[in-house]
Amino acid sequence: MLTEFHDALKDPAAYGKRLKEESGRKVVGYFCSYTPEEMIYAAGAHPFRLFGTGDGIHLADAHFQSYCCSLVRGALEGALAGRFDFLDGVVFPHTCDSIQRLSDVWRVNMHGHFHLDVVLPVKLNTESAKTYMTDVLEKFRSDLEIKLGASISEDDLKKAVRTFNDIRGSLKRLYELKSENPGVVSGADLYAVVKASMIMDRDRVVRVLPGVIRELEKRRGTGEGEEGKRLVLAGGICNHPDVYRVIEEAGGVVVWDDLCTGSRYFEGLMEGSGSAIADLAGHYLARPVCPAKHSGLYSRAERLVEIVKEKRAAGVVFFFLKFCDPHAFDYPYLKKALDEAGIPSMVLEVEDRLPSEVQLMTRFETFVHMI
Amino acid sequence: MPQVLLYLLAKVKKLILHLKKQKKMKEIMTVYYMEAKSAGVGGRKVAWITSGGPVEPLIAMDVIPVYPENHGAMIGASKMGVGLCETAESMGYSPDLCSYARSDIACATVNGGPIGGLPRPDMLVCCNNICGTVLKWYEVQARYFDVPLFILDTPFCHVGFAEEAKRYVRKQLDEYINFLEKVCRKKMDHDRMKEVGKLSLEGQRLWQAVLDTTANRPAPMSAFDAFYHLALIVTLRGTPVVVEYYAQLLAKMKDRVVKGIGAVPNEKYRLLWDNIPIWPRTRWLSQKFAAHDACLVADTYTSAWCGTMKYIDENNFFDSMAEAYTRIYLNIGVDEMSRIVVGMVDKYQVDGIVMHSNRSCKPYSLGQYDIQRIVEKERGIPSLMIEADMVDERSFSESQVATRIDAFMEVIKQRKS
Repeated sequence: MLTEFHDALKDPAAYGKRLKEESGRKVVGYFCSYTPEEMIYAAGAHPFRLFGTGDGIHLADAHFQSYCCSLVRGALEGALAGRFDFLDGVVFPHTCDSIQRLSDVWRVNMHGHFHLDVVLPVKLNTESAKTYMTDVLEKFRSDLEIKLGASISEDDLKKAVRTFNDIRGSLKRLYELKSENPGVVSGADLYAVVKASMIMDRDRVVRVLPGVIRELEKRRGTGEGEEGKRLVLAGGICNHPDVYRVIEEAGGVVVWDDLCTGSRYFEGLMEGSGSAIADLAGHYLARPVCPAKHSGLYSRAERLVEIVKEKRAAGVVFFFLKFCDPHAFDYPYLKKALDEAGIPSMVLEVEDRLPSEVQLMTRFETFVHMI
Repeated sequence: MPQVLLYLLAKVKKLILHLKKQKKMKEIMTVYYMEAKSAGVGGRKVAWITSGGPVEPLIAMDVIPVYPENHGAMIGASKMGVGLCETAESMGYSPDLCSYARSDIACATVNGGPIGGLPRPDMLVCCNNICGTVLKWYEVQARYFDVPLFILDTPFCHVGFAEEAKRYVRKQLDEYINFLEKVCRKKMDHDRMKEVGKLSLEGQRLWQAVLDTTANRPAPMSAFDAFYHLALIVTLRGTPVVVEYYAQLLAKMKDRVVKGIGAVPNEKYRLLWDNIPIWPRTRWLSQKFAAHDACLVADTYTSAWCGTMKYIDENNFFDSMAEAYTRIYLNIGVDEMSRIVVGMVDKYQVDGIVMHSNRSCKPYSLGQYDIQRIVEKERGIPSLMIEADMVDERSFSESQVATRIDAFMEVIKQRKS
């Protein structure tokens, strides 16, 4: 049942190419969970999230220093190696300093597809930021219309809002099932479903997910007794499905996360406010915030503690990409908030590859035994 | 008035008197820091503000602006960076984070560093036109000091300044004034704001004129001198003391030009510096290049505080600030940055570029390789990339850098002969 998701992730570019050939639709690559992918979908094109590569990075070394994160270096590597040649365009949302410069370097070096920046507000909790967010979305709409030679009607947008609400709602339901009965699906499988949902044909995803939910609902009660120590994974992007397996083998189980390839992506449904653009703006302003954006001084810590309590987790594993400044800056205050709430935590920092499995296992085992 | 405050006031006065006999810059800066540290005594508020932030409204509201980045530079220059960075690391901050932020965050908790810590802020003003790091840094300090934080969000200008961004920033300037009025519990005097705006622009013009004098051969001052004289345009922009100081400095530089006095005694080679200085090593670098008869005549860093004058409307400073503060050097795309660098290569007739690949500063450093390539292609001049950090000396290898500078200067010399 989950083979389809795993297959898409095995070689995302091959999936994208095939989808393009078979559907005849244009494929638009994008970065970060802040790109309003709904707009790309509404324009009749296929939104395709780009991740870094775990493979050797060589070509990108001519453009980015070693202290740039592997997501940015790996993405540029993919582009320079021609792996993204099938894309009709690439969208860069404004998030962190590194993605910002990735856009510049990409624009200067990559040709053959269109290039769009969506310069979102950094501050999200003011009226003027809300107005600006709406303006930026309108601009993105007209930019896309020009670049794709398409028109995006209100009905197109409304359909997109419905589709992505359904996808996100289903992903959330899967997370809930996992959290209630960790045995129903492995962490690596769930990870594959969420991540593949950012790559695969969304019309397909929205149809398939309810079946996955039904299947997991059926499995409830069968995995009793296998439950490990309940953990929350917190950080930025997770490109390493093996982490889930090693955690499980070490006696833990990830029952929720605060990742942009996880709950930060699917939390916050778009409300029917009358206008689809207003719905979109509302979503991107109110969804769980990435540390590169600002919506209050304590919102991230409050949310993390709340997740742990609500999901009855025993501890938090911080999973950071090396050289990711926004997350590294938030770590001491998040850790303090957890300490004050009596929640144990550990931190794991990875570059493009995971540490050796033995090392990883020892660290997780030590943590699981401690809590 | 409590005894301790009277004592403090007396001490400040005594120090000011003492300093009047000393060098001008040091005097101004010391008086400034003493004033800031005793601000509470005079009932004045203190605002911490980012180096690229609009300071003029603070000056107009009689608020004392304090610059954690300038503090970071002082910490670096006094070689106290490693210790403070290590303190921050023991607090959980990654050694990969900005060393200004690390040393300042650490300094706030231990009141250490070259001036015993910065005066406690009454408010924080964070403008993200220089980086996203300042947002995180100011969030940390807003939590630590529990004071109000104003964020001026200046959308990045990859290929231009969009209309909607202009409206957004302009609107936030009103919010900024509201914020100040609320914290200071008084109204903004808009006439005073106009005066401050005029003084700011005048200060910027003079600073640019000072920098322009290095187009002469020999250059009357070097980028290393500019790093020193820069402090005033950063910290006290919009006050008369800046105008006075740079007017004097300009006269001095013009005089040196007339007399043919160069910063480097036997200037043969002219270079351009890119990125924030390596503060703990400026003297060493200056001497190293001078030993090769090379003068770093200009840089992309110190000119950032006068680089957007073309967007400022002299008669409407306040409104035009929106554009001037959004389109600064670090808030634009690498292609536009390359054009500016090419312009400086021509203006200052340089033979090569020295680029500091600064681990601490991603907006300044990521993209440097492309700028290097573009400038080399367009002007055919060589460049040197030095891997280091602006404060944290652990990222500086003297022998390696020395070898690379020697090799680079060999190339420059061969090309010129």
